[in-house]
Amino acid sequence: MLEIAIKGSKNYWLWIVFLLAVIGAGAVVYIDQFMNGLMITNMSRDVSFGFYIANFTFLVGVAAGGVMVVIPYYLHNYEKFHRITILGEFLAVAALIMCLLFVLVDVGQPTRLLNVWLYPSVKSVLFWDTLVLNGYLGLNIIIGWKLLEAERNQVEPPLWTKPLIYLSIPFAIGIHTVTAYLYCGLPGRGYWLTAILAPRFLASAFAAGPAFLIILCYIIKKFTKFDPGWEAIQTLSKIVCWAIIANLFFFFCEVFVVFYSNIPGHLAHMQYLLFGYHGYHALVPWMWTGITLMILGAVFLVIPQLRNNKTLLPFTCAMIFIGAWIDKGLGMISGGFVPSPLHHVTEYAPSGKEIIITLAVYATGFLILTILFKIATQVKEEVRG
Amino acid sequence: MMKKSRRSFLKVAGVAAVGLGASPAMNFASSDISHPVKSKNEHGLSAHRWGMVIDTNKITDEVVEACVEACHKAHNVPDFNHEVDEEKYPKTRPVNHKQEIKWLWEEEFHNAFPDKEDEFLAEKYHDLPFLVTCNHCKNAPCVKACPTQATFKREDGIVLMDYHRCIGCRFCMAACPFGARSFNFRDPRPFIEKNDPAFPTRTKGVVEKCNLCAERLAKGEQPHCVEASEGAIVVGDLEDPESEVRALLNEHYSIRRKQSMGTEPSVYYVM
Amino acid sequence: MNKNYIITGLVIFALAVLSPFWFNIITTTQAAPEPELLGKAKAEKKCVLDKYDMRANHMSLLDDWRDSVVRDADRMYKSSNGHSFNMSLSTGENSCLGCHEDKAKFCDACHTYASVTPYCWDCHTNPKEIE
Repeated sequence: MLEIAIKGSKNYWLWIVFLLAVIGAGAVVYIDQFMNGLMITNMSRDVSFGFYIANFTFLVGVAAGGVMVVIPYYLHNYEKFHRITILGEFLAVAALIMCLLFVLVDVGQPTRLLNVWLYPSVKSVLFWDTLVLNGYLGLNIIIGWKLLEAERNQVEPPLWTKPLIYLSIPFAIGIHTVTAYLYCGLPGRGYWLTAILAPRFLASAFAAGPAFLIILCYIIKKFTKFDPGWEAIQTLSKIVCWAIIANLFFFFCEVFVVFYSNIPGHLAHMQYLLFGYHGYHALVPWMWTGITLMILGAVFLVIPQLRNNKTLLPFTCAMIFIGAWIDKGLGMISGGFVPSPLHHVTEYAPSGKEIIITLAVYATGFLILTILFKIATQVKEEVRG
Repeated sequence: MMKKSRRSFLKVAGVAAVGLGASPAMNFASSDISHPVKSKNEHGLSAHRWGMVIDTNKITDEVVEACVEACHKAHNVPDFNHEVDEEKYPKTRPVNHKQEIKWLWEEEFHNAFPDKEDEFLAEKYHDLPFLVTCNHCKNAPCVKACPTQATFKREDGIVLMDYHRCIGCRFCMAACPFGARSFNFRDPRPFIEKNDPAFPTRTKGVVEKCNLCAERLAKGEQPHCVEASEGAIVVGDLEDPESEVRALLNEHYSIRRKQSMGTEPSVYYVM
Repeated sequence: MNKNYIITGLVIFALAVLSPFWFNIITTTQAAPEPELLGKAKAEKKCVLDKYDMRANHMSLLDDWRDSVVRDADRMYKSSNGHSFNMSLSTGENSCLGCHEDKAKFCDACHTYASVTPYCWDCHTNPKEIE
């Protein structure tokens, strides 16, 4: 089926060339990082995870969000999702590859990365995270590809794909749970040390993933002859609605516990993020922007008239997607490190080079996504046509 | 016959010794030659669990400075304030001081013990420099976090790092509640004033921290900070009731950093 | 129709894959240098393993040594020929460089020839290089 990807319109190729240019720019900067070390980033002794890991965390969520189309379709036989299930699976593939790339660019000794499997350490959450992430990636590639191939050949998909599909559901929950466990099991980091972190991660994932999928459906409808179907989008928007409300609720629980209990080690981080701490408040405007976007998005989705407004919906979804990105990407990681365990404040903002490498990773993801979606939509057009 | 490594050779030899002809003929032919033996240094110091007691009554600014300098010099810890030798390291980029590296350093009381921050702290402690370093925790969160066992706990309680194996994921830094770890954001060598060949430098991309002078204990010597501390720092066996550290802890009231975390730090501060 | 393309592609592929051979044809090759034994090492004649074993497997031995020293705190190595060594690249009399005094003539000569760049010296320091 790959041959489909090399036949496309002028716009398709322009987009591909654009993505390749971004990737190229990022590669050049990455060579600098590879040769000279992570000194080119703005990470520091106190803020030892930065933009890379923040985006990694967020994208694990986007990948897990794909399960929100898989569950209704395969477990509840919700036929409306028949056309977009493959999109959810391929979105997970692209997101996971970005995740793995973010881990790759984040480590100080990338050539030693396989030590994780050479010297497996079963007590390390990171070891388990590499397993579930790669497992979920493999599952989605196999499932997505086989099902699409079967659709193209107009035959039933092979029987062995069924158990893999069912397996992919706990895996989806698993990747984000384990990713949350990376953070919430650390004794010295009050902001992350909360049992609700994994549920909160999942809620924001189930909002951000499907929200992005809705936007993608709009794009597909505009640029291809394939129509994902308005009803499917409507159902997705309801999923986004409940997930973002759950996310806000969890966040509110967090805020209540932290402020009412008034325990300094937990309070300081939330204070830094929402109001500033000892005169440092770089993230305050970001956090409030994120919260506002998420609340507005939730309101727009709760009200049926607004939710069913075809013009408004993609913007609502964008608001939620960006809001969740700020909350989970920027705030979650930096917030955990400020103040430091010794209550020093070192603020963090990514360096220009860090941003370029990050954009290149995103471009790689979009390149994969473009190719996979191009194949998927074309196959579906062929079959219908 | 040389297998890939001595260790795997010994493993194979061990299996062979159990009784199967799996081992090659060479083993029998050479049975009169003894196998290589690895051992600890004869004069090395040992303990069931190494620990450190810092007597705050004996700590002064001079002592702190001497300890830090002795430690950092001997372990080739880079100093970002050091002026780079342009000839040897041309085109060295400017440093970001937030990316500094330290093994042993000075903190104020409320930073060293943020959970013991008292509104009306005795003035003496308010002004006192507190030496902080890796606590070599009994339940070290960094050891658990490390995905490659590059950070590990030795039998004698020292939390050590294998710089050869570290992938630089920095998960240990997030896990450490004491901020004891530093990451090499860049090649440290241009910032080492005088490279002491007795201890390796580190390379860019790995995490590092205090090793309780494992290399000195192995030679039967006391850690550098102990030697420089004029008696303010004592290192010894926490599990040995007869040890000097235990005697100190028995006689004086002492505190540890962030006990509530349950990591069981092995560094005590006599107050 | 595609036949020509495929054959051209295959030819280019074959040429590219065999490029080391072409390179060797147009350049002259040198014999591998002998690591030079100087001073103590020359007088001693006996290393940890015999000469050929050492030549073939010193990297595995060093790999094993570093695990022993760093992880097990075992620092002494009594070799099967009865000699004792300090399991260290460069510290002390009884280490590798303690005996093989000249790193350039001992380590680097072969490594350069074989075009391998072990990262030992990114961290470890040859005492002789410090003035």
